[in-house]
Parts: sequence; C-alpha cells; structure tokens
Amino acid sequence: MKEVILLKYGEIALKGLNKRTFEDILIRNIRRKLGEIGEFDITKAQSTIYIEPINDDTDMDAALSAMEKVFGISVVCKALSVEKDFDIISKEAVRYLSDSLSCNDTFKVETKRSDKAFPMMSMEISRRLGGIILDNFPNIKVDVHNPELTVFIEVREVAAYIYADRITGAGGIPVGSSGKALLLLSGGIDSPVAGYMMAKRGIRLSAIHFVSPPYTSMRAQEKVERLCDKMVDYCQGIEFILIHFTEIQEQIKRHCPEELFTIILRRMMMRVACKIAQEKDLLALITGESVAQVASQTLSAIACTDNVCDRPVFRPVVGMDKNEIVDISRKIDTYDISIEPYEDCCTVFTPRHPRTNPKLSYVESAEAKFDFEPLIDEAVKNAEYKFFG
Amino acid sequence: MPVYLDNAATTKPCDEAILALNRCLTTIYGNPSSLHAMGLESEREISAARRHIANAIGADYSNIVFTSGATESNNLAIFGAVNANKRRGNKIITTDIEHPSVHSPINYLEECGYNVVRIRTVDGRIDEEELIDAVDEKTILVSAMLINNENGSIQPIDKIFRLLKRRYPRLITHCDAVQAFCKIPIKASALCADLISMSAHKIHGVKGIGALYIKKGVRILPMFHGGGQEGDLRPGTESVPLIAAFGEAARIGSAKIHENYAYVSELSSYAKSQLQKLDDVSLNMFEEHSPYIMNFSVKGIRSEIMLHFLEEKGIFVSSGSACAKGKKSRVLEAFGIEDRAIDSAIRISFSKYNTMQDIDELISGIKDGQNRLLRS
Repeated sequence: MKEVILLKYGEIALKGLNKRTFEDILIRNIRRKLGEIGEFDITKAQSTIYIEPINDDTDMDAALSAMEKVFGISVVCKALSVEKDFDIISKEAVRYLSDSLSCNDTFKVETKRSDKAFPMMSMEISRRLGGIILDNFPNIKVDVHNPELTVFIEVREVAAYIYADRITGAGGIPVGSSGKALLLLSGGIDSPVAGYMMAKRGIRLSAIHFVSPPYTSMRAQEKVERLCDKMVDYCQGIEFILIHFTEIQEQIKRHCPEELFTIILRRMMMRVACKIAQEKDLLALITGESVAQVASQTLSAIACTDNVCDRPVFRPVVGMDKNEIVDISRKIDTYDISIEPYEDCCTVFTPRHPRTNPKLSYVESAEAKFDFEPLIDEAVKNAEYKFFG
Repeated sequence: MPVYLDNAATTKPCDEAILALNRCLTTIYGNPSSLHAMGLESEREISAARRHIANAIGADYSNIVFTSGATESNNLAIFGAVNANKRRGNKIITTDIEHPSVHSPINYLEECGYNVVRIRTVDGRIDEEELIDAVDEKTILVSAMLINNENGSIQPIDKIFRLLKRRYPRLITHCDAVQAFCKIPIKASALCADLISMSAHKIHGVKGIGALYIKKGVRILPMFHGGGQEGDLRPGTESVPLIAAFGEAARIGSAKIHENYAYVSELSSYAKSQLQKLDDVSLNMFEEHSPYIMNFSVKGIRSEIMLHFLEEKGIFVSSGSACAKGKKSRVLEAFGIEDRAIDSAIRISFSKYNTMQDIDELISGIKDGQNRLLRS
C-alpha cells in the first residue's frame, strides 16, 4: 500500500496509429523529469500512467508538482494504491481522505472498475463505500449532483486506487512530438510565454539570445539564462544559443537612418536566427511578437521583419492582450524574472522617433548601404552553446 | 579541548563555513547591488547560498529572505504578518513555550490592543484541541515552534497547521524552526507553514545571519525601508561573508541530516542511560524530544552553581535557556516542571562534534559535583 501518482492523458489518446509514438515520447519526458526526484516504477494502462515510488522517502510532492507541468497530460492525481479487497479499500479510503472528508459538507463516490474479475460492480462499490463514509463522518452528506468532494475509486488489474484530488494537468501534447523550432528569447515577458505555448503543442525548443556587451550587461544575460532554466519545467531540455551582436548593432547605428534602427536590427536578428535554424535543422522560428504593443510591432513592421525569413515564424501571442500574456507568464513562473530591470538588445540604440509603418523597399535600400552578410556569418560562427534541462 | 555541550545556544562554525567566510572577506568583497562584475560575483555567492537554504527545506530560492538572525526573522514574521493583515482581525494565537524573540513581540502586540491567546502544553505537547478551538475568523496569525530550545520537545506543527490552513486558508501560520532546521527533516509544504524562521549559528554557520522562509503568495510588511534588497522585504547591504558561510553550513547540514541524527541519537541514548543511573537526577524531557537537546535536574544543586562547577572542569552546559540569564525559566514552568527541579535544571545539547567521551566526562563531573557541592 503506498502513495502513487496517476496521470490521465487527453488529446494524444485520440491519435489512433500515432498513439504509440506519442505515448513513448510522453513516458520518456516523464521519466526524465522524475529522474531528478527519485526512483520510480512507471507503467501505463488504458490512457492512464501509474507512477509508483520505489523508495519510501521519495518526495511525492515534488513528483506531483513536476507532473503538473508535463505536456500531454490532462489530469494529475495523487492516489493511494491498495489491495483489491473491499474492506481494505473502504478502511483506507476513510483514513487517507479523512482530512477532506471532515472538512467538506457534501460528497459522492465515483467508481471505475476495469478488472471485470473483481466481485463487486462499480455502483455497488460506490454505494457501500458511500454508506461507510456516512457512518464515519457524521457531518457529511451525499450529493450526487454537485458534491464538494468526489471520492474516486479505480479497480484495475494490479491494484485499487483511491483519490479525491484531480488536478488539471498542463494539457497540450508531449514535447518532442511535433518537431523542433527556434525561439527568439529576449528577457521580456512575451518570449518565454511564446516558447511555452509552442512547447505545449509538442515542439522541442532551442532558444537564441542576442547580447551586445558593453551595451548590454552580464546580468541581463544571466537573467535570460535563468528564464531558460525556468522554462525547462514545462519545455523539457532547451539548447541555448548566445549570439554576440555588438558589431552589427554598431554598424547599423553608423550606416542606417535612425528611425529604422529597430526594424533593421530585428531583421538582422531574424537573418542570424534563420542561419542557425538552417544549421540545426529547426523548421520554424518562434517570437513573442504581438500586434501594436510596441513601435516595432505594427503590422507593416512585422511584415518587414518577416520578409527576411526563409521559414515560418510562429507568433503565438500575436492576438493576445498584454494582461492575458502576463497571466500566463505568472502561471509559468517566468514573470518575476522577466520584470527584472536589465537592458536587452532592443532597448539600446532606440530611435527617438521610430518609423511605425515602414515600406519594405525603403528598409531594404537603407540596409543595402552596408554589407552585413560577413558580420552575420561571423555572428553565427561565434555562437556559444549551452544546454538547460 | 573543551567539552562543549551547549550547542543549542550556539555551535562551532564548520570548516566549510569558515572557508566561504574567508573567501568573501578577502576576494569577493563587492557590493552585491553594484552593476559591475565584482558586484555580480557577490550576488552569485548570495544566490548560491539562498538555494542551499531553500533546498534544505524543500523550498524555492525565491522563498528565502536573509535577516540578521532568528530574532529578526521572528520579529519580521510576526510584525510583518500582523501589520499586513490587521484589517482582517485582531487575534493572535501562540503557545506558552515560545522563545523570547517570539514571546516578546507578541506581548508587545497584546499591549497594543491585539487579543492574544497562549496555548498550554500537556505532557510536553501543545494542546492541539485547545489551539484549534481558539482559532476563528478574526485570527490573523498562529505562531508555534517546532522544537523547543529548553528541553527539546517536538511539537506536532504539521498536523495542527494542516488542519488550520484547510479551515482558514487566509490565516498566517508561522513556525520558529531554529532548533529543527538541518536537525530533523523539514519540508515547507508538509509543515503547512507560511513563514519559517531559521538561524545560521545553530547549524555551524556564523553568528549574525538568519533567514525567513515566506511561502509564495503570502504578504508581509517589511520592518526596514531602504534600498530594495531582498525583494524590499529586508533592505540593507547584504552580508555576503555571513550569507556564504550560512549557505555552506546549510548545504552540509542538510546533506548529512540523517547521518548526524543517527549519531547524535546514540549520544543522547547513552547520556540518558548514564544520567538515569545517577541518584538524585531527574529528567525534564517528554516522550517526543529531539536527541540534540536534553534537560535534567540535579537535586538540591542550583543550576548556575553546577554550571560553574562543571565549567571549572572544562565542561560547558546551560542552565535552561541561554537567553534567560539567571531568571526562572518561564518555559520549563509552562511544561509543568516543578519549581525545585527548575531551579536545578541543566540543559545539555549535542552537535556532530561531540563524543561518547564528552558524556563520560559530564557524568563524572556531575557525580563529583554531587559529592563536593553543598546542597541548598
């Protein structure tokens, strides 16, 4: 008899022939996260994954918390695994859930029985256990429509499981089942959220970040690395790519019109990102761009930036309001790090009057005044790589 | 070499702590708030130490605030919680066995008009029912210690706090865990405490630094206002050397927690059996006590006299709480220890550095004292 974790998986259960691959990726991701916490037995049966600790002193709270952040899982439950004997089940249910049963006013019992050899039917189990609970907890009543507490009993092949807390899982599909893409990670609120949203759709992330010392500081870089580290909770391992951009920025300042600094800078970043993506076989870019939030993110500005890319650019927060993005940022715990006040590349050399509706031809001709290509190749060549996860 | 049996009062700094201290005194001396690399270096030391302390209680580094010691942590917790929540109610629950740095702030708040209830103990344990019954919608803070510093009694804080938090989610729970930190395993979430006080110099760190765990989402008001350090909860230039030493002490203490516990349990059992063989010696402990702390009375010999007698032999013990400085122990009285036993109460407290031989010397010293000292 021990405390275990049950994971129910949602969307991937619908995928038919692909189900196997998704399940394998999901279990691999789960194994990786649990490996940091302790030793576990991981088994699966009928859209449920069972996680049992091997040692008694394993930190189950940490395991539960980690599982709530795995994409592909729709429900996470901490449960008690007991012998398939009704007397034991009822005795343990009363004991295990006594705190909740004494603090709630109404309850019901929901039983699922997949072991057809078990002598009692689901409804009978629910009814009898309900009666025993009423005997033991005089202050609680049965309400089958809208109970405050639902006691779940699952009778499976190997054991019976008792639980009451069904925690909503992270949803999405397992990271790695959709391929790999390159996230442009600044230190702001939006880009980590964008990364999270694409990881939720199964994308394995690499993250590229641009630094321009001494215009940007080591603290700003470390802040982004900490953001990356934080994102690993949801996004699994992330390859972090650091690009030195000082020379390119200085040349833009020297040769390009001030009002186009930001747009040309972003185009250069996209060019570097596309080259890296090409080298590493990353089929798309991801950014935290949203329309109308800042001057460089008007429709025409985004169109100009997009123009240099040789692959799709996903902008998952493009239609969201700032407060909606902030809500997600808080949920994934990147907000507090994002608001730390360190300069990133884009805020240095900010034009006083940025061009908000640049024409592509104007931008291209301004850019052509200097040959950025060798600097871009240089930046790609000198990229630094780190791995988080 | 002294036979040092007063580890509940303070401990000898461990080698690793001293190394870290030295490193930060000599080479890493930038102000952590400075923007340059020397400041960043110092900040990294603090971050590393913060993580070690957070790991030691299963928390995240963002939950830890550094203070000047447990007294400040307790003050910050109590005044901080009460000031942030005084609109919601005016009742404070605590116990009658708390350390002065909890007892005093709460007394002061009572003088300011707060309704304070001090729960009694029964057989060394806080009366759970009395405590839970005392809490109501107007209660804003419950403060209770995990391990008592005078006789080592362990309190069922997790059970009490868990029940209270379920019923009153907005109630703030504070636990003075100074004598428990790195001695028995603590997990912040399991303890169900919103605020947890810790001290460095009780775990082989250096005096002058402590920490307060603040659960995410719990709001307390700061006592100091200034330059914004420690998330504005405790501004002031951080003492990097003390913090670095604290981090090391916590890292080692946490890694070896089970090993040390097993070792000290052996010392404790041995000391208990030897003390029980002596005539006229009574134990002032209850069933659930930390092996790190023992309290006993030598009949007819006043605490301070026995203390000085042992001191002449190079054996260092405590006469009840070190903070009491000669006054009768309010805490032992609250535990129901009778007056004459309180007057002759001796506290011994172990660390990983003590040996069986230390105990033999103590016992022989007590026997000698019983023979030579005049009874009162």
